[in-house]
Amino acid sequence: MLNKTLKQLAAQLAAKEISAVELATEYLARIDALNPQLNALISVDREKTLAEAQAVDAARAAGQAGALAGVPLVHKDIFCQQGWKTSCGSKMLDNFISPYDAHVVEQCRKAGLVTLGRANMDEFAMGSSNENSFYGPVKNPWDLNAVPGGSSGGSAAAVAARLAPVATGTDTGGSIRQPAAFCGITGIKPTYGVVSRFGMIAYASSLDQGGPLAQTAEDCALLLNVMAGFDERDSTSLQRDKEDYTRDLAAPLSGLKIGLPKEYFAEGLAADVAKAIDAAIAEYRKLGAEVVEISLPNTKLAIPSYYVIAPAEASSNLSRFDGVRYGHRAAEYSGLADMYEQTRAEGFGWEVKRRILTGTYVLSHGYYDAYYLQAQKIRRIIADDFQKAFAQCDVIMGPVTPNTAWNLGEKNADPVAMYLEDIYTLGVNLAGLPGMSVPVGFGSNDRPVGLQIIGNYFSEAKMLNVAHRFQQVTDWHTRAPAL
Amino acid sequence: MSLTIDDVRRIAKLARIAVTDDELAATQQQLNRIFGLIEEMRAVDTTGIEPMAHAQDVMLRLREDMATAPDRRAEWQAVAPAVENGLYLVPKVIE
Repeated sequence: MLNKTLKQLAAQLAAKEISAVELATEYLARIDALNPQLNALISVDREKTLAEAQAVDAARAAGQAGALAGVPLVHKDIFCQQGWKTSCGSKMLDNFISPYDAHVVEQCRKAGLVTLGRANMDEFAMGSSNENSFYGPVKNPWDLNAVPGGSSGGSAAAVAARLAPVATGTDTGGSIRQPAAFCGITGIKPTYGVVSRFGMIAYASSLDQGGPLAQTAEDCALLLNVMAGFDERDSTSLQRDKEDYTRDLAAPLSGLKIGLPKEYFAEGLAADVAKAIDAAIAEYRKLGAEVVEISLPNTKLAIPSYYVIAPAEASSNLSRFDGVRYGHRAAEYSGLADMYEQTRAEGFGWEVKRRILTGTYVLSHGYYDAYYLQAQKIRRIIADDFQKAFAQCDVIMGPVTPNTAWNLGEKNADPVAMYLEDIYTLGVNLAGLPGMSVPVGFGSNDRPVGLQIIGNYFSEAKMLNVAHRFQQVTDWHTRAPAL
Repeated sequence: MSLTIDDVRRIAKLARIAVTDDELAATQQQLNRIFGLIEEMRAVDTTGIEPMAHAQDVMLRLREDMATAPDRRAEWQAVAPAVENGLYLVPKVIE
């Protein structure tokens, strides 16, 4: 039962072969058994979960349940959820019980999805290893000595370990795609503006985007159908017609033009990752796709550009945590300014502090043009490079990461060493494009490898089709870690 | 470019984050590593390039000027560290 996909579970629920309460109970037992070693979830609340499941069963009995009603999921702890602790992985919000729902949570609630718990994450979504959580690191289900990736590491680990069939996540610089790759699951970051950021705790507002993590591309499409949609409470939410992201899943791939950016296969890419990616590309040729070499010449500049823009926006966004309206307040202080300073010193971890300090500096008097404005100009260059590439191909493919998951503790002494691992994912966020990760094998250390698929704006349905067809002829997505 | 200890103190002050004397040197060193990485970007010739603030060039929407949010003050204030009579309490700022 626990290896079933969202699609299969939804069918069984609809056929009344299993109730939402029975299903939630099975997953809760799995969580009880495995979460102590994985630390994938921060909060579990059996009563709340079962109450949600009972309500769905009652609705189904009354003939009022939607197609996905009763399927359980976990929400990344960045999405505000009424009545649940919404910590964002931070001591700053350890005492914060959200008084409202994020738009994404609201949509999931309306669809009858049942919350199993709240997924661990890097504090305020800042990190690539999930070691920056106030609640401790998440372990990679494939190898408990490995990181699960970040920042949506708890979401990815939960799906990989079958603690939940699907999870929500967010991606600012790779935070859905990289943990999906490290945990051997499928995840998609939609075009910027497709999923509402209302109630999604802000890190870098011009880059943040929510999206689904699941075993399969088909499940990602089904959950994205729920998560996406216009929301007037997010000023950057796009007013577009509702799409069915499953509509093109079965379309044939003959004639598909795949662009391989030479910079994504250059020095720095580990041989075992390259091998798995090459094998996946060969599979696509068999499916009728053509491969063309393309160039994204400024790929390397994505790192400095991102590490100016994201900290700058973070320094502004996180100024709201001041110990006045919600969250942590220091116990001892000498006056108002000292209260702010002590509260923030105690409430934030060091990676968050470093990014706030970096952002504060680049926005400070006399430095704005040299850093922030320059980074925004490079952002334009990077976005233009992608458009030139899409003149030659339908989708871009390459690795999600240069290496498979590293060991816990291996890279956290030097923040810059970890930043460099984001090289293939950051450009997508800067350009606002959709990107996804699909499991395509294992590295020499038996840790998963993810293939990145990058599409042009609003081409999610096409990308999901490209991933789905691959999953019809391969079985990497069905592999589960032995736990 | 490299940040001095005084630069770090000044930024920490602007960011309203207390950094103790013991933490200053390590913070300075790590920030300088980050700025070392960022430095690569500064040499790029970006003459004539329009800065990109956002992925989608959309206009901000306007709406009717009318109240839409219901009064939920009690719920918002239930999560605050200190409130009294509907007001948020902070340390005394005027003697």
